[in-house]
Amino acid sequence: MAHDYTGAKKIALKTIIILAVVTVIEVLVALTGKGYIIDGYHAPKVIMNTLMIGMSLYKAYLIVFEFMHMKYEAKGLMLSVLLPVCLLIWAIIAFLYEGNAWKGNRVKIQERNKIEIAK
Amino acid sequence: MATDTLDKKHTDHDSTANASWDGAEYPFKVGYGKLMIWYFLLSDAFTFAGFLIAYGTLRFSMPSWPVPDYVFSTFPFLEGHHPLLFVTLMTFVLLFSSFTMIRAVQEGHRENRRGVAIWMGLTILGGLGFLGCQAWEWTTLIGKEHMSVTTNPFGTHTEAGIYLGADGKESAETFKSGSTYLMHRVTFGDTHEAATAAHGEATAPAHAEGEAATGETTHAAEMAHAAEGGHGAHAYAAPGDYPDAVVDERGFVHRKYIVSEGEHAGSTKSEAFGPKAFGALFFFITGFHGFHVFSGVCFLLIIMINVLSGIYVSRRNGNEMVEKIGLYWHFVDLVWVFVFLVFYLL
Repeated sequence: MAHDYTGAKKIALKTIIILAVVTVIEVLVALTGKGYIIDGYHAPKVIMNTLMIGMSLYKAYLIVFEFMHMKYEAKGLMLSVLLPVCLLIWAIIAFLYEGNAWKGNRVKIQERNKIEIAK
Repeated sequence: MATDTLDKKHTDHDSTANASWDGAEYPFKVGYGKLMIWYFLLSDAFTFAGFLIAYGTLRFSMPSWPVPDYVFSTFPFLEGHHPLLFVTLMTFVLLFSSFTMIRAVQEGHRENRRGVAIWMGLTILGGLGFLGCQAWEWTTLIGKEHMSVTTNPFGTHTEAGIYLGADGKESAETFKSGSTYLMHRVTFGDTHEAATAAHGEATAPAHAEGEAATGETTHAAEMAHAAEGGHGAHAYAAPGDYPDAVVDERGFVHRKYIVSEGEHAGSTKSEAFGPKAFGALFFFITGFHGFHVFSGVCFLLIIMINVLSGIYVSRRNGNEMVEKIGLYWHFVDLVWVFVFLVFYLL
């Protein structure tokens, strides 16, 4: 935190404004991707989702580092809280991959059932 | 900031708050309580991450999933389709309360009790506002759209098709693959009036705008559901097989359609329920978050009263207690960022 009170006040105000603006942009991106903003135009999902995830991570950064003052804490504290969170990266990849595999299995089972009925 | 308040604490032998943590140094240069709240929040982050990853896994495993901008498109006192408007409002309410919280913490550092109380009071109002919004959202989903933990009337088409009209023939109403529908529910009344009142949409096909006035279906005015002579001829007085829909025992109307593309082109099907897990995940995860907000409001209230009563003055640590509840409150906001992303945006 900035050492003087007025400086801290300014930073807080700046941060909340950025957060609000990013939120609005996020919603607009989501709606553009779904074809609401430009009539009938569905922007590519991959790009829109990447943008939204990126903006959410930025918001998370602002909340943790400015609002929760992580920026001004000792480095050891920062690392002991943030490093474990990195474990989630693998959890997300592994579980989503698994979920996708279930979908593949479902399709396979349906195909097999069809073959058996045909017999 | 932390350094000067801690220096004060170091030299202050009256302070017993950190007695068990007293060594030559403060580990990580913070008080015991603040460090522990950080680790509590870390564990809570894993809990929420587990839930959201479960949501992602189930969503990835399903052939179709309700489209959020269709499901969450209602707004109080407004008719029609307002995708994501209400949840954006909820997000702003929570963001605003996060801002007032940080102001309270700053006033705490300069030992301004009155300032702390005012900003904390505003934070509590923000929290209550958010809970109110959530209550409205849940009420609409449960009461008007009949979603529950085990029933999900929001389905998604995996094929393009044409709905059948009341005469059992193709109507002008078509849909694309990937579009989400809401299955309406009718109540079976003894009298004709009861049936029509409960299912105003079915009896008022000619004026799509008018049907919202019946208050039964919130998604009613859009989707051209009742337009083009949808199913105006019936009030679906009993469960059964109608020319344009199958009505099940619980009154859900499974509209019939003809598949117009792909492998099954030409065959007649009726709408199915959406993935069951959707309702359970939605109510559980947003409920768990809402519970965090609720408990946060309770703690804020307690600490605000303590601040006003002057309990923290003798500790001379710049109202660290306010800082701790502040950390928790910002965390609730942080979780909402991801709930918002996963449930409403993606």
